[in-house]
Amino acid sequence: MSVDLKPGFSQTGNLTAGNRLQSIDIVSVQSTEDRANALTSGHRACQGCGEALGARMAIDKVMELSRNKVHVVNATGCLEVFTTPFPETSWNVPWLHSLFGNAPAVATGVQAALKAKGMQDVTVIAQGGDGSTVDIGFGCLSGMFERNDDVLYICYDNEAYMNTGVQRSGATPPTARTATTPLSGPHPGNNFGQGKNVPKIAMAHGIGYVATATIANVRDLEAKVTKAMSMKGARYLHIHVPCPLGWGSLPKDTIKLARLAVESGLYPLFEGEHGVITGVTKIRKKVPVDEYLKLQRRFTHLFKKGADAQDLAGVQAIADAHIKYYGLLDDGDK
Amino acid sequence: MAFTLPYAITLEVGSSLKNKTGDWRTERPIYLDRLPPCNIECPAGENIQAWLGLSQEGKYQEAWEEILHNNPLPAVHGRVCYHPCEDGCNRKQMENPVSIHAIERFLGDQALKNKWSISKAADTGKSVLVVGAGPGGISAAYHLCKMGHKVTVVDSKPAVGGMLRYGIPSYRLPRDVLDSEVAHIEKMGVTFKFNTRIDNLAASIKEGGYDAAFLAIGAHIGRSIDIPNDGSVTIIEAVKFLSDMETETKKPELGKKVAVYGGGNTAIDCVRTAVRLGADDVNLIYRRDRKNMPAHDFEVVEALEENVKLNELRTIKEMKGGKITLDVMELNAEGWPESTGKTEVIEADTVIYALGQLVDASLFNDCTGIDVEKDGVTNVNDQFMTGMQGVFAGGDMIPSARTVTTAVGHGKKAARYINAYLKGETYTPAEKHETASFDKLNTWYYEDEDMREQPVLDLKKRTTTFNEVLGDLDEANAQYEARRCMSCGNCFECDNCYTVCPDNAIIKLGRGNRFQINYDYCKGCGMCVEECPCGSMLMEPEEL
Ligand SMILES: Cc1cc2nc3c(=O)[nH]c(=O)nc-3n(C[C@H](O)[C@H](O)[C@H](O)COP(=O)(O)OP(=O)(O)OC[C@H]3O[C@@H](n4cnc5c(N)ncnc54)[C@H](O)[C@@H]3O)c2cc1C
Ligand SMILES: Cc1ncc(C[n+]2csc(CCOP(=O)(O)OP(=O)(O)O)c2C)c(N)n1
Ligand code: SF4
Ligand code: SF4
Ligand SMILES: [Mg+2]
Repeated sequence: MSVDLKPGFSQTGNLTAGNRLQSIDIVSVQSTEDRANALTSGHRACQGCGEALGARMAIDKVMELSRNKVHVVNATGCLEVFTTPFPETSWNVPWLHSLFGNAPAVATGVQAALKAKGMQDVTVIAQGGDGSTVDIGFGCLSGMFERNDDVLYICYDNEAYMNTGVQRSGATPPTARTATTPLSGPHPGNNFGQGKNVPKIAMAHGIGYVATATIANVRDLEAKVTKAMSMKGARYLHIHVPCPLGWGSLPKDTIKLARLAVESGLYPLFEGEHGVITGVTKIRKKVPVDEYLKLQRRFTHLFKKGADAQDLAGVQAIADAHIKYYGLLDDGDK
Repeated sequence: MAFTLPYAITLEVGSSLKNKTGDWRTERPIYLDRLPPCNIECPAGENIQAWLGLSQEGKYQEAWEEILHNNPLPAVHGRVCYHPCEDGCNRKQMENPVSIHAIERFLGDQALKNKWSISKAADTGKSVLVVGAGPGGISAAYHLCKMGHKVTVVDSKPAVGGMLRYGIPSYRLPRDVLDSEVAHIEKMGVTFKFNTRIDNLAASIKEGGYDAAFLAIGAHIGRSIDIPNDGSVTIIEAVKFLSDMETETKKPELGKKVAVYGGGNTAIDCVRTAVRLGADDVNLIYRRDRKNMPAHDFEVVEALEENVKLNELRTIKEMKGGKITLDVMELNAEGWPESTGKTEVIEADTVIYALGQLVDASLFNDCTGIDVEKDGVTNVNDQFMTGMQGVFAGGDMIPSARTVTTAVGHGKKAARYINAYLKGETYTPAEKHETASFDKLNTWYYEDEDMREQPVLDLKKRTTTFNEVLGDLDEANAQYEARRCMSCGNCFECDNCYTVCPDNAIIKLGRGNRFQINYDYCKGCGMCVEECPCGSMLMEPEEL
């Protein structure tokens, strides 16, 4: 009789954060008792904040790999505001904030200072929201890439300027309602522009490592941090972090939304080195974009009577294009 | 406070840990154990999820011991139980159910191979008479003995098992499995007395000085029916036929053309036995259609594979000249068969009647207060006690489903009431937890994995020998199959709650100790509950 036990088949496999049937060195750091909790309790993020979670997941992994020798530079935005209302802090890690648009440049400076002091073993992280990354800090970021400064930049993408009341950013998806893309005209919400795909733009700089990650898949996220940490020079990690307040979703649905963004194809998970895509995380159970959109009030107009079907079709077309471009489905599923 | 806080600042320099965000909460997450549907469906009340969980980790002996809390016969049940647990299994709604019975059999066989045993409590000085060494009697005897009572099991047959031996054929339950599984119960201290029929129960209890009695005498009188027969066709009664198979001295003589009349499990066992005894032509005759047969469809399939011919919607009209005339039936609006007036003739030299069984309640001759129905079925109260003080009953003889597992469940429950009765206490079963229904699960987190099937004996051997038809899962496959269990309603420490909490409000207590919620910081977002795969968390409104 055949014994074709799938290697590692263990009830939930790698789908859960931990797994008592797997060896401790393949489960996520997040699932272990000795994770660093770089971002500790008592912060003022909303209930169900994806950004707070994404930051803890990423920085804890960096802490583990660098044996706690980390310096973080944070752009202005929710992550900065909800963690550090003076004089308190939620950070269990050296942390610096300067301005909304200059985090990459400040991080370059910190890195240069550490180098001057002979402290090259300290990992420098720069991080910010999508607004600071794709819009106001973009010039500094591009410069950091172009100079190949030894900094890992992490963008927490919640698809708008959340801290100041949900204004549109270059990462806001088409049709989404924000304070500055109201429901008016024949095509309410954000327009169908080209968008500003910073992971792809980072790839175009030819830097060592670029990856997209999600809080819905902590093992994938940690693997990408590990890969980034194995390299020197400029590296870029883009993490999708649902925002209950800005998206009009239920706090409990934060992980679910992050997962549906991936499974619908709207948020492709990939990684690339030196300008070339080297891997994609396949869609496991494909869903139509509706399943993702319907859980968010910023998209409810798409499903109201009188909505232009073209708008919803346009969002689905984006997902379909991602699936094709990145090859997100297993061959059999096409 | 020497330090003066600047404008608009409420806290001193320091960590945000001072900021107890738990007071934002309007709902609170809690952990709970829900009752998995497999457990609900198991007539023996096995905590299946628990022993599958131990099996997943390779802790087979602990898994076996967990089964033994409720059922002393896993090797037997892994073979003959109709596994209603699998009908309830939530995994059925994904691909197919966990093959619970196959893993139970694996564990039972491990115990036999490794001679695992169970120890019992200190002597209580009380003694109990058990009448009937079938599954009901064995189960009660095991539990009572384990509780420290002195137990004597008496049976009129020459060997242990009741219908396990004198009904169920050996190609489904090899006798060495039955014997060795009962051996550990005997070793524990239960006394068995065979070839001893109880005719006057009250006298026997008095004579033996027993403090209580448990009866599981089964239903062994075959129901008969009057059909014209010119004597050219031999009529045999099913239960007697199967029982005679066990008594080597008088192996039943069958003709070459055998018809079995009935549609239950017993009928199926008769046709399949007839095939193995060398009959050329075996017909199963049932008055309703296949869909309405009391036998399980998988049993019908097995019989058909072995070349049995199914004559559904037929009754026997008469038997004459080595032929039987069948009345062709149709179902009326209520689903009952009515004659169409048409007939058919098939050849047969032997007809086996498998039309159900009655209870032989004659042992109550000298008893008072016992409420026996006309077919011998005996009524008991909700504590399994008959109308006579200290006399309890279970299994086929009381009104309920007639299965091995039901009898074992009765034996277990009755033992608990008998124990209380002997100690002058009252026993109240623990309240059942709410159901871990499919909608409580987040099935995203389970890998899609199909059921591993047991190997099946090749057809040639199946039709010519009494070798066991279904084979074992080997360890790798048993382990695989156990790992398909989703642990419905019971935390299996996947660490999801701990990982997804944006407020670090979940404390991991370490392997085996699960988790705890730190309500100082829990904002009540509900992510942990939503991402718990197995439904062992719940949001509760906060008292405001
Ligand atoms: C052919 C057949 C196949 C079956 N297959 C299955 C199956 O695959 N799965 C399943 O779950 N169920 C099956 N069943 C049903 C199952 O066997 C019974 O429900 C179960 O055995 C009942 O257990 P019990 O302990 O109540 O009685 P029994 O198993 O009938 O045992 C009763 C015992 O009491 C003894 N006894 C009776 N009267 C006296 C007396 N006065 N003094 C002393 N001893 C006495 C008898 O000799 C017998 O040994 C089958 C039944 C038959 C007939
Ligand atoms: C130069 C400058 N312009 C505007 C602001 C106001 N401001 C603070 S945070 C923020 C939005 C941040 O958005 P994003 O970077 O996406 O982070 P999020 O809050 O969404 O996490 C803005 C506009 C500022 N602090 N500095
Ligand atoms: S998956 Fe496991 S716990 Fe759930 S019903 Fe099936 S066997 Fe029981
Ligand atoms: S995830 Fe954390 S904050 Fe949210 S309900 Fe659970 S314990 Fe509370
Ligand atoms: Mg933002």
